[in-house]
Amino acid sequence: MTVSDELLQQHGLTPGEYQRILEMLAREPTLTELGIFSVMWSEHCSYKSSRVHLRKLPTSGKRVLQGPGENAGAVDIGDGLAAVFKIESHNHPSFIEPYQGAATGVGGIIRDIFTMGARPIALLNSLRFGPLDDPLVRRTFAGVVAGIAGYGNSIGIPTVGGEIAFDESYTRNPLVNVFCLGIANAHEIVKAAASGPGNAVYYVGAKTGRDGIHGATMASAEFDDKSAEKRPAVQVGDPFMEKLLLEACLEVMKTDALVGIQDMGAAGLTCSTCEMGARGGAGIAIDVSLVPQRETGMTPYEIMLSESQERMLLVVKRGREQDVERIFEKWDLHAVRIGEVTTNGRLCVKNRGDVVADIPTASLTDEAPLYERPMTEPAYIADARRLSLSALGKPAAPSGLFRRLIASPSIASKRWVYRQYDHMVRTNTLVVPGMGAGVVRVKGTRRALALSVDGNGRYVYLDPFAGAQLAVAEAARNVACVGAQPVGATNCLNFGNPERPEIMWQFARAVEGMAAACRALDIPITGGNVSLYNETDGRAVLPTPVIGVVGIVDDASRIVRRAFQREGDAIVLLGSSADELGGSEYLKTIHGLVHGSPPALDLAREAALQRLLANGVAQGLIRSAHDCAEGGLAITLAECCFDTGLGARAEVAAVDAATAEFRDIATVFGESASRVVVSVDPQMVDQLADLARQERVPAAIIGRVGGDRIRIVVDGRAVIDEPLAETERIWSNAIGGYFESQRAIA
Amino acid sequence: MKFAVVVFPGSNCDHDAYHAVKHVLGQEAEFVWHKDASLAGADAVILPGGFAHGDYLRTGAIARFSPIMREVRRFADAGGPVLGICNGFQVLLEAGLLPGAMLRNRSVKFQCEYVFLRVEQTDTPFTAGCRRGQILKVPIAHGEGNYYAEPDVIERLERNRQVIFRYTTATGAVTADANPNGSVRNIAGLCSDRRNVVGLMPHPERACELSLGSSDGLVVLESVVTFLSQGAVAAAR
Repeated sequence: MTVSDELLQQHGLTPGEYQRILEMLAREPTLTELGIFSVMWSEHCSYKSSRVHLRKLPTSGKRVLQGPGENAGAVDIGDGLAAVFKIESHNHPSFIEPYQGAATGVGGIIRDIFTMGARPIALLNSLRFGPLDDPLVRRTFAGVVAGIAGYGNSIGIPTVGGEIAFDESYTRNPLVNVFCLGIANAHEIVKAAASGPGNAVYYVGAKTGRDGIHGATMASAEFDDKSAEKRPAVQVGDPFMEKLLLEACLEVMKTDALVGIQDMGAAGLTCSTCEMGARGGAGIAIDVSLVPQRETGMTPYEIMLSESQERMLLVVKRGREQDVERIFEKWDLHAVRIGEVTTNGRLCVKNRGDVVADIPTASLTDEAPLYERPMTEPAYIADARRLSLSALGKPAAPSGLFRRLIASPSIASKRWVYRQYDHMVRTNTLVVPGMGAGVVRVKGTRRALALSVDGNGRYVYLDPFAGAQLAVAEAARNVACVGAQPVGATNCLNFGNPERPEIMWQFARAVEGMAAACRALDIPITGGNVSLYNETDGRAVLPTPVIGVVGIVDDASRIVRRAFQREGDAIVLLGSSADELGGSEYLKTIHGLVHGSPPALDLAREAALQRLLANGVAQGLIRSAHDCAEGGLAITLAECCFDTGLGARAEVAAVDAATAEFRDIATVFGESASRVVVSVDPQMVDQLADLARQERVPAAIIGRVGGDRIRIVVDGRAVIDEPLAETERIWSNAIGGYFESQRAIA
Repeated sequence: MKFAVVVFPGSNCDHDAYHAVKHVLGQEAEFVWHKDASLAGADAVILPGGFAHGDYLRTGAIARFSPIMREVRRFADAGGPVLGICNGFQVLLEAGLLPGAMLRNRSVKFQCEYVFLRVEQTDTPFTAGCRRGQILKVPIAHGEGNYYAEPDVIERLERNRQVIFRYTTATGAVTADANPNGSVRNIAGLCSDRRNVVGLMPHPERACELSLGSSDGLVVLESVVTFLSQGAVAAAR
């Protein structure tokens, strides 16, 4: 075969990489082999640009049962159980075809979890879109939400939380990051390794079609105006098929007939065969003519690269084949033997007996290219860090600004979204979506798990190191607000084109920041996903590392929620406020600016705050807790008032502001980190204050729960005084309002 | 007392019904596979929520052909109490055990949220423990719960007092705003003309523990225990 430059380009391989293939094989590759190298060496599968940096993340800890490298990570949650979890992106497919792109993203992450032998019990998602006044964005947004709902609802796994933010940079490159958590017996975690020569390799699930061929390569390229033509590279999901696979695989795992199992996700049969072989130090030989096919005339190349959904690869102990086949038959699934484990460490692909590919598995996995790409601090940073508030003129009255902020889609209620998700199925959901961390109980124990996914692209854009730290701190703080102790995390790193030194710098700094924060807060990262090339027409998204943190509550009956509980309770602010408007929602929504430095973060103080929360909740001193995030103290107080209809009267001192005219603005809308608003029985305030003193966390009574208004007084002046019912109405209807015309038709 | 929870491929509230019966109510529960030919000697049958066979055709349209449905029909014909929840209700409609059909929600979207139900009749196995007019806070989770039947069928249902649950406000008013999906006359649940087969779209099994947000649904399951222990349908088996 002659390999032209054009052919290489189509396969996303550089001439240097091709040279390496020639050396590894000591001959020219066949077309099938070229396809296999292409997908396995794509950024999506090989992490070739990111791996050198990811090594900096802390991945071990006393509770970690499984770190990165398997289908998902796992931590010990006591009672002999493990929480198995991971987050993954499906950004590129979701832009091309929002419904199916998002749906198959959900399907993919669920397979990663049950493949480990865990019963999936919760989904979360972190989504980013452009501004909703753009019709293209509304279509993408509605399609993604419907796709997540369509898949999750059908398969019966509740979506219990998540976060959504909006910014122009995501208009033509939305981010769809999906997190799934499952529960397994700690000593029964299943690995994705092939071993035992002669053991059978089985294919189970949907038939293979031509959909999704080169999906992994697509997800490793930038978008342009021809992206819509890539539609055939997006797969179509079948949640019913996956439900059958889920139940059947969990049943098979209860037998001891299984050696290893992996789902066919990105790069399909190729990735699952060579990764399982490489992990087990074995080889795998398969014959593609045995693979169940949905279409006629498929070539070995197409079969190996197809990304048809809902397919699994199993290695079964010799002599136990019938036990496994019987279970799949019960679920009307066909388990087909397509090959066996070998000793030669090679992936050998035959077509009716003829060898069409024969590659050492290690060359596709561990020995894949690794790049230390050049990095440069982007030129924009110096300018963007400068924030001159005085140039903005005299600020408007805070009350009016408050009404605008409360209606900003990033802050407004996401009920329009999560009402479409079944968030109650499996009857474990103790805290529903839209209230900070999602909380699920663990049946058969007294425990619950608190889950939060967070990330703020603006902060990371302004300072990748600090921004990534803030993301870790916020996710962990959300979990701590419930009363949980954070025990593990998974990350999804969404960045632009790593071949640009500025992007690579953002990436490297963000990973370093994340690593530092995870170490300081003692939260190991047990796995995750990197999504690069999030660019359209050369414009990158805001760098958006998202982190999903898992926390344990020992006594599920003690958890606290966000909303104020009782009239007359004291409102206490834990942490201290400073003049920090850099990167804030206020600057973005009111002035259209992303400028300044993100809020300062002292990791030791953050850790102390989180300990205080866990202890305060465990001792029953705290009745409600809510973290101060986008929109600052004013928005936080308002959110605490929603749902129960209890108002708030708060009085605070102004922060010491560099620009005097912005003193009130910085006080109520500034986003200083490590702050939490809690409500406390007046009788308990002293006890909480004692606890806070021990942890050296500032704690101040700033007001009382009650009334039907949200009133904030700064230095004796009422700067915000709004009726609660009207405020809640604006907040509740803001997102649905963008779809009002559609509703009228319905 | 023993409940059979039928498992169709694609059922996903089977574990929830099982949990509510066994761990909250403290009664016996057993899963029955849709290909089974026996209800395992159960005293009551639950067809749970979910997406049986993926619901790619009409909801419940394939499930009615499952072998177990012959047995469910025989059990119902003999007066045994049968409860269809959400997808289970849809299966009962397709199987002709209850009249009418489901359309897509008026919103054309899946909706998961709490609603208020008013108990209209108490002479069924699943409402025997309720007060007439009692308001229950119970969640819905469906995309096709917009109940429809021809006007003459609706008239007959009303005349025979077969409308068992209606969507209302928290104070029990039947209003358009309280109707989450567009169902005719705010109908949320029905019984058969012999009153032993009950179907409803909301999920009482999800509302059996206060920590989850409501325990109002428990009375539906408790009712059948009381009803059966009084020997009302002792001959059903």
